[in-house]
Amino acid sequence: MINVLYFASLKDAVGMSAEEIDLDAVISDAAIKDVGSLRDWLCQRGGPWQSALSQQRLMTAVNQEIARPDTPVSDGDEVAFFPPVTGG
Amino acid sequence: MPWVSVQTEDFDTDAIVTNLTGGRRDIGAIVSFTGLVRDLPDQSLQSMTLEHYPAMTEKAIAEIVETAMQRWDVSDVAVVHRVGELKPSDRIVLVVTASAHRGDAFLACEYIMDYLKTRAPFWKKEITEAGERWVDAKASDDEASRRWE
Repeated sequence: MINVLYFASLKDAVGMSAEEIDLDAVISDAAIKDVGSLRDWLCQRGGPWQSALSQQRLMTAVNQEIARPDTPVSDGDEVAFFPPVTGG
Repeated sequence: MPWVSVQTEDFDTDAIVTNLTGGRRDIGAIVSFTGLVRDLPDQSLQSMTLEHYPAMTEKAIAEIVETAMQRWDVSDVAVVHRVGELKPSDRIVLVVTASAHRGDAFLACEYIMDYLKTRAPFWKKEITEAGERWVDAKASDDEASRRWE
C-alpha cells in the first residue's frame, strides 16, 4: 500500500487530496515500480486524471523529498503530485 | 542553529534578528528579506490563501538552508513562511542571514529565497470578486534558481 497525495490545482482537478493504492492489486502490463509508472497508471483513469497528470511541469515527491520519474516507489511510501510551487 | 518556521501567525522581524545575534560577537552583517502580499495591478485582490504540504515544507526549507550554509560563510539563518489566508500588504516570508561579512550574507539570503520559490511546496491562490485562481509558477523564478547551479 502506498499513500498518494495531491495538492493545490491538481487536488481540485482530480477531486481528492489523498488516496491509498495497493501496489499488489494493480493489474497492468507494467507494474508500478517508480514515480513515472505510477503517474502513467493514474493517467489511465482518463478524464481529469489524464489531463491533470500529463502536465509536463508537474512536480513529485517521494517520502517528502523531491523526486524524478525514475525515483523508485515501494510499499509504505508516501508519493505526492503537485503543480510547480509558488511560495515565497 | 538555523531556525525554520511555517506558521499562520505574523512574525516580528526585529525579535527574530535579536534572537539570531543575541550574545554573539562574531557577526558583522545581517541581511533580511521580507516578502509581502502584493495587490493585483487592478487592485482587485481580496485575499490570498497559501496552501502547503505540511510534512515536507519545513524539511525542504531546512535542506535549502543547509546547502546555503555549506556554500557561504554564514553563521546563522532564520526562515519564516506563513500559510493560510493573507491580505494585501501582509508579510508572507522572512529570510534572515547572519555572517561575519556582508557579501556572504547577501548571497546566501538571495539563494535561499530563489530556491524557496522553486523547491519548497507552497501554493498561492488569489481570491478576487471574480472568484478564486491558483497562481501560475513564473519562468523567471526557475531562471533565478538555475543561476546558482
